[in-house]
Amino acid sequence: MDLVLNILLGVVVAATPLVFASIGELVAEKSGVLNLGVEGMMIIGAVAAFAATVGSGSYIVGILVGALAGATMAFLFGALTLTLMSNQVACGLALTLFGLGLSALIGQAYSGISLPQFPRVDIPLLTDIPFIGPLVFGQDALVYLSFALVAGVGWFLTRTRAGLILRAVGENHEAAHGIGYPVVAIRYLAVMFGGACAGLGGAYLSLVQTPLWVEKMSAGRGWIALALVVFASWRPLRALGGAYLFGGITILQLHSQALGLKIDAQILSMLPYLATIVVLVVISRDRMKMKLNAPSCLGKVFYATS
Amino acid sequence: MKRAIRMFAALAAAASLAPGAPAIADEPLKVAFVYVGPIGDHGWSYQHDAGRKAVEKEFGDKVKTTFVENVSEGPDAERVIAQLAQGGNKLIFTTSFGFMNPTIKVASRFPGVKFEHATGFKTAKNVSIYNARFYEGRYVIGQIAAKMSKSGTIGYIASFPIPEVVMGINAAYLGAKSINPNIKIKTIWVSSWFDPGKEADAAKALVDQGADVLMQHTDSPAAMKLAEERGIYAFGQASDMKTFGPKAQLTSIVDDWNYYYIDRVKAVMDGSWATKDTWDGLKQKMVEIAPYGPAVPDDVKALADATKEKIISGELHPFTGPLAKQDGTPWLKDGEKASDKDLLSMNFFVQGVEGSLPK
Repeated sequence: MDLVLNILLGVVVAATPLVFASIGELVAEKSGVLNLGVEGMMIIGAVAAFAATVGSGSYIVGILVGALAGATMAFLFGALTLTLMSNQVACGLALTLFGLGLSALIGQAYSGISLPQFPRVDIPLLTDIPFIGPLVFGQDALVYLSFALVAGVGWFLTRTRAGLILRAVGENHEAAHGIGYPVVAIRYLAVMFGGACAGLGGAYLSLVQTPLWVEKMSAGRGWIALALVVFASWRPLRALGGAYLFGGITILQLHSQALGLKIDAQILSMLPYLATIVVLVVISRDRMKMKLNAPSCLGKVFYATS
Repeated sequence: MKRAIRMFAALAAAASLAPGAPAIADEPLKVAFVYVGPIGDHGWSYQHDAGRKAVEKEFGDKVKTTFVENVSEGPDAERVIAQLAQGGNKLIFTTSFGFMNPTIKVASRFPGVKFEHATGFKTAKNVSIYNARFYEGRYVIGQIAAKMSKSGTIGYIASFPIPEVVMGINAAYLGAKSINPNIKIKTIWVSSWFDPGKEADAAKALVDQGADVLMQHTDSPAAMKLAEERGIYAFGQASDMKTFGPKAQLTSIVDDWNYYYIDRVKAVMDGSWATKDTWDGLKQKMVEIAPYGPAVPDDVKALADATKEKIISGELHPFTGPLAKQDGTPWLKDGEKASDKDLLSMNFFVQGVEGSLPK
């Protein structure tokens, strides 16, 4: 029982950075902007959060600075693609490379420093319930925030007027512009929200999961988050499910190795990706549904006509 | 101006082609290093860069070093190495197994440049190879692990099933078994040299399954950090990781490339450089055992020191028969020592190691 609990706790830790990064990117893409710089924003968030926590001694400051740093990177991306109308794919890739380099530079002074363990929530009585207690009531605050974000984004996109406008901008920016919505401003906000979320994902990596700063520590998680958005067919709940599926299989394969199951490690390492692809194929069977979910103006440059 | 520089570079290259041509007195010797990871990894590449700094300190103005970090193993490496050779570097160290073929290829195009490739097995007229006998250090820490473990289970975070890594697991196991015949080693392959998040997850999985001493053959200090958090023990990899685990680190196998790099630079300077195959260990101090952590009691320290001395004197070889492979087929006869060739191509677990080796 303890082992099962530990495995589940491990899954939460592995999935949370992916939840943050993919839910942010989902919002940006819903507004019609394809930002491939998730990895770059994540790593900047990781280093900024770590540096700020070390400097201020407060996790809250660290987390806020991480989110802010991710949003700043996203703003830079917005300036290039929305104001200067550069190609989104190229700028996104550049943002990732830039983020990896800049984070290494900022992080030089912080490698080799360690932080105490990130505090977990502890509600008397509730957290003490065996099994369910630590799993449901004993996570760290960021995990609860990630769930709240998913619920919030889901509600925002489907139940609010602002969410409807955001989706309209992503579906048809010409029409949205015609009606009088500020397409570029809305996209800036969406992209920066995405950046802030990616920054939070990075912060989780450097403050909770490892907790330390090492260069390139995001190790491709930004790219997985990007894939998860497509996997989720742009639906928040599915993105959450995808992140947990991915995190879950990653942790399970590590445990199955330690248990000594006779399966090749390479196959096990492949499993999370394989499972993601299989699910992706299954949900994209219905071409019409896929089309309905994908924002039609995704990645297209918007030229204001009048 | 640009053309003049280029011409000068061409002349310099031509001059160096002539055998025994004396180096231009005031011109510093240009030495380059190619790393597979970031120098901030606090492990493998970090230690190689320490070697580069040692060269600078030793020779001062007489050398000019450059390095390129984060070079991926493959076609990219060839481009980087060729550029460094073109840029007038006279000695180039390529410090990862996967740089082997690119190094050999570039070396044939630049006969006037000397190359040094770490952990590979291909040499050429202007390519030397060098490696460290890490397995000697791993045998020693295997003994310490067995002494320190209460649960009798050691966790091992491994990267890829290449001989270097397999050899390390076997050596650690044999060391541990010499202390506690019932010791268990659980291995997790993370299929990466460097992924701190995954290394931390693997470390958690091992601890959750009963391991109370961790070893690793990956490059980040994430596992050490986790050991510190969980109040268990761990061994550092490649460099001293005690800042990440002041209480947790029992010791660390430290790679020390400094003296080798200084020697080789000197050899190029005085013209005595020749192709060499170096595989040094504890004896030459290429592999070192870092100062013991506070948790190691005196008797364990004494035991580890004694084992280290025995390996240095040649009295003890970690791979001494009788030894069988995991499936029970005999490998070494009683008293027989494994040859270097056997070690460098090791693709099997020894008897007693649990889990299967990925093929």
